[in-house]
Amino acid sequence: MSTDTPLGSVALLRWTWRQLTSMRTALLLLMLLGLASIPGSLFPQRTQNPMKVRDYLASHGALGSLLDRLRFFDVYSSPWFSAIYLLLFISLIGCVLPRTMEHLRAIGKKPPLTPQNLDRMEGFAVLANGDLDKAEAWLRKKRFRIRREAHAISAEKGYSRETGNLLFHLSLILILVAVGVGALFGSKGEAIVNVGERFVNTPTSYDSLVFGKFQSDQTMQSFSLRVTDFSAKYDSATNAPQDYTLKVGAAKPIGTPEKKTIIKVNSPLTYGNTKIYLQANGYSPVVTVRDKSGLITFHGPVTFLPQDGNLTSVGAIKVPDMNPQIGFVGSFIPTYDRNSKRGAFSAFPEVLDPRLLLSVWKGSLGLDSGIPQSVYRLDTSKMQRIALKQLALGETLNFGEGSITFDGWRSWVNLQIVDDPGKLYALVGAILAILGLLLSLFTRQRRIWVKASNRVEIAGLAKNSAPGLDEELAQLKKWMENEL
Amino acid sequence: MSSRQLAYLSNYSIYSAMFIYTVAFFSHAVEVAFSVRNTETSTKFDFARTDKSGRIGTAMMILGQIFLTSGVILRGLSAHRAPWGNMYEFSITGAMAFSGAYLFALIKYKIRWLGLPVSISVLLTLGTAVAVLYRPSAPLVPALKSTWLIIHVSAAIISGGVFLLANTIAATYLILDRIESRGERNEWAKKLPSLEYLDQLSYRLVAFVFPLWTFAVIAGAIWAESAWGRYWGWDPKETWAFITWIAYAAYLHARVTVGWRGRRAAWLCLFAGSTFLFNYVYVNIWGTGRHTYSGL
Repeated sequence: MSTDTPLGSVALLRWTWRQLTSMRTALLLLMLLGLASIPGSLFPQRTQNPMKVRDYLASHGALGSLLDRLRFFDVYSSPWFSAIYLLLFISLIGCVLPRTMEHLRAIGKKPPLTPQNLDRMEGFAVLANGDLDKAEAWLRKKRFRIRREAHAISAEKGYSRETGNLLFHLSLILILVAVGVGALFGSKGEAIVNVGERFVNTPTSYDSLVFGKFQSDQTMQSFSLRVTDFSAKYDSATNAPQDYTLKVGAAKPIGTPEKKTIIKVNSPLTYGNTKIYLQANGYSPVVTVRDKSGLITFHGPVTFLPQDGNLTSVGAIKVPDMNPQIGFVGSFIPTYDRNSKRGAFSAFPEVLDPRLLLSVWKGSLGLDSGIPQSVYRLDTSKMQRIALKQLALGETLNFGEGSITFDGWRSWVNLQIVDDPGKLYALVGAILAILGLLLSLFTRQRRIWVKASNRVEIAGLAKNSAPGLDEELAQLKKWMENEL
Repeated sequence: MSSRQLAYLSNYSIYSAMFIYTVAFFSHAVEVAFSVRNTETSTKFDFARTDKSGRIGTAMMILGQIFLTSGVILRGLSAHRAPWGNMYEFSITGAMAFSGAYLFALIKYKIRWLGLPVSISVLLTLGTAVAVLYRPSAPLVPALKSTWLIIHVSAAIISGGVFLLANTIAATYLILDRIESRGERNEWAKKLPSLEYLDQLSYRLVAFVFPLWTFAVIAGAIWAESAWGRYWGWDPKETWAFITWIAYAAYLHARVTVGWRGRRAAWLCLFAGSTFLFNYVYVNIWGTGRHTYSGL
């Protein structure tokens, strides 16, 4: 390849394009994609488990930050992974489209000419008798494509092998497009909702919400869900969950009469491309906080996060409207038990004998500092602990500055709301890919030639040395030699 | 019958199957060992002499398959669900699929010689399952309660069984290839099929089951979409299923388009199979992600 001609850059582009779209490169990129996806399964990923990433970074120092700069904790959105993905995509298109055109043109065409010397081909045989008409009749019956020449027949069967092959690869392109559409036009969010509360599908209702690049809150569907009931069943021997059932009153669009609907783990609520999943659940203890004069300064359910399989949950209650400000670090135990080793713990995930363990802090909650705070944690750096107590249902703790009463509890559910406009295409692509694969792997492509000059000869050629050609040739031989 | 009785019955079936597979293993071992006939000048193998032992081996493989299959079915009945909820159950079902794939292939191909490696692999798998992985029969967690469990897991297990059979054959190819490169085959190896036959056989098994594996991955994606809210999330299990898929796709391409045969193809086949095993062992036991349920 010389690049010193005026056409150098054009030629270089053409050369690059040819290299990129060669089958070898496509295969190499495919292997590379597999290789590049390995680190994502060995290192914790931010999209799946941000806490683990934080722990890893904290405990690995320089190595951790180097890996982080190389995007080893966001492998599947890293530039190098995307580069391989995009190159593969281009390479696949460049590889498959010309072949599709070629195949479409070949559909109406006749098989290639009979080669000069048949004796080099598979299953070559010289027949005792027979003629071309007889051979053609047999080949036609077997639905071969036939080119009749002066003294020979060239026949071919199994074009659908290539059809299936192309269908498979075109479907892969469709899947890649679908993944892209989902990433660019989709959205995904989560919201924790207490039983009895209403969720309205607007960006502010979410605890976290991520939009695709071409998606905004203007395109969000209008609906609301009132969480009316949530029930969880657990195995009494193993404590393993057996069933979660969420009952909601769904209004679509917002403001219309609510319809009663059930959401379960494997059956989300579907509105077009938007699906609402039941993803997690936990408890919100309900408390009332009063100041010294007995005035209610806070009342309501506070979401606590489960820490183990028996739903021991921790959280924080912040009361900024008291002077000094008051905060509680709490631990909710659905079924109370204790032993000397573990102290108080939960023995069962259902609420059978609940306790609320509270430590009370006074001072500054630090809410005005401008730094965003977790609602589940209390920043106690400017606070002072003034009391510690375990409350049973209905009990009250007086802590000098006021009191707190453990009134009850509610269940909360974590709803995951996903909008993926690409997934239908991905499904269609996947189904077509399997059909194409079956067609291409189970179709035998082969050619058979019959020559009748001074003697009658037959021979064949099976693509990819598919089995069964010998039998087919033997049948043809028998048919032709048969006097009838 | 109560759930507990069914679970016991399942365990007894598995134990019986292990005993029967032991007999099958020894029958196949006898078939090879006692066909040796020493003459003054050389050692000859006369497999006609021990044909009966080989036939007993096959009969035991069939009997073992029956007990193993009933063990798996009883396990499912005892838990009122498909028996695919933990690694013990995956392992016994996987062993069933592996030995089933062998027996199924035995109808069409002359591969009785594989009885020896197949019976010992099944025995080791069952032994590990019973000794290390055993968990009492229990209902499923809500996320697993779906018709897709049956579709996705059965497709994955059958694919795994056939992949590992293809691996066994590819490994045999490599061993024989090495022997042949040093000269003539050993007497015992003369009974085994030609290299070309093994090469084709492992390719055919992979080509046959690759669409099923593709289906298993897609069925998993469809299930994940309804259970977890996304059809693909690069969960470690998904990632490795994808890597296995790519490895076998590369194997098929290498054979069909580039024309790889023999040694290189066999190594690639072994590599692809090892990604499957890695996925099963590493991701289930040490991995994190959503495919790790109920202990193991």
